[in-house]
Amino acid sequence: MACELTQTVLHGYMDGELDAARAADFERHLISCAECVSVLESNESVRSSIQRAGLYERAPRALRQKVQAQLSGTKQPAVMPIRNSAPWRWLAIAATVLLALFLGWRLPSFLPGRSESTLAAAIVDAHLRSLQPGHLEDVVSTDQHTVKPWFDGKLDFAPPVQDFVNQGFPLQGGRLDVVRGRTVAVLVYARRKHLINVFVWPTTEADSEPLSGSELGYHWMEWSKGGMEMYAVSDVSRGDLGELQRLLAQ
Amino acid sequence: MKAGGEGERDVLDPQERVRFEQLVLPHLDAAFNLSRWLLHGRADAEDVAQEAMMRAFRFFRGFHGGDARAWLLQIVRNSCYTWLEKNRSVDLSTEFDEDVHAQPSMTPETLAIAGDNRERLTRALEELPVRFREMLILRELEGCSYKEIAGITSAPIGTVMSSLARARQRLQRILTQPAKQQRQEAGRGL
Repeated sequence: MACELTQTVLHGYMDGELDAARAADFERHLISCAECVSVLESNESVRSSIQRAGLYERAPRALRQKVQAQLSGTKQPAVMPIRNSAPWRWLAIAATVLLALFLGWRLPSFLPGRSESTLAAAIVDAHLRSLQPGHLEDVVSTDQHTVKPWFDGKLDFAPPVQDFVNQGFPLQGGRLDVVRGRTVAVLVYARRKHLINVFVWPTTEADSEPLSGSELGYHWMEWSKGGMEMYAVSDVSRGDLGELQRLLAQ
Repeated sequence: MKAGGEGERDVLDPQERVRFEQLVLPHLDAAFNLSRWLLHGRADAEDVAQEAMMRAFRFFRGFHGGDARAWLLQIVRNSCYTWLEKNRSVDLSTEFDEDVHAQPSMTPETLAIAGDNRERLTRALEELPVRFREMLILRELEGCSYKEIAGITSAPIGTVMSSLARARQRLQRILTQPAKQQRQEAGRGL
């Protein structure tokens, strides 16, 4: 009784690895194969459990520090023979670190082009802030009918709230944020283990094609649609971000 | 275990080092996550991830662009397997002879209930043979494409797909079959 596609193509399909023609073939197969439907459902269910459970383990700070210390040519403090180290070396290292910190802090603002992208920078900063524990969502729900009313009365506009779980971008919740002194709505979507923040506020500008760029390694896209300006930012690939942008702009 | 290679570190020129810090270092989280899930203890995972980063640093000249994360993860995976061979040979002797036809019979509802228990999910993943576990970690947590996984694990893409299939099937079986110590309890339900 076992359908052999449950061992092969079904996975390519759920992982988005089939080309359009093969995906369409498999979708036709799904109409007549109850087994594939049920295996697909249970696989999707386990997948979303895995992704919801927060199993990703980020590098502990101690590891990061050890690696960075090794990269800058110093040995680990624990094995450093202090007697052999000339004091000037430490001073040189300290000076280098201070200089690097100073440049990292100041340099971006000296660079040309930065002023044009200050809004992008503000959005990316807000995105980073939201990733701090407890800052991501004010209303946690995957249900657009819960998230949408939550914004009522908290804003002077009604952001469009849609769930795209079937397209691979499940809604995670929403929150309020402040961008350049204005209170804005933020919708949070997930893409596998990654999060996407979509900032929304009203605009008088006409609908526009998306602009995109990167800041600190995060991609962003900005566009206007139906009197709303939207700014999506995430560490997902450009392709994934573009996919969500097209869904939101539909 | 000490992070390896002391002594003859061949130093990259400063420009190379900056490039390494820009391209490879941002994937330290990915490196640690993979080693944490391939090995069991966090301390071992830290050591191995650190060693792998240093190895990547030494071999960085051999990296000619492309996907830095996949390149790093390949090194991390090799370091993990070396560690496992030395320390836990049992983990690697995984039979790949799954019963392909036995589809687990479970509803999405039971799975959802089982899967929503984080601890249970962690245990189930850890119970999986390492070669299945790495597929799920790379795919579901790291979000790698089949092509990337194929590169990282040195396997053909077709094998990636079938290994993922088996990994998922096994994970579901573990999730719905209560652990041995929970068996009496499970007699009443599920």
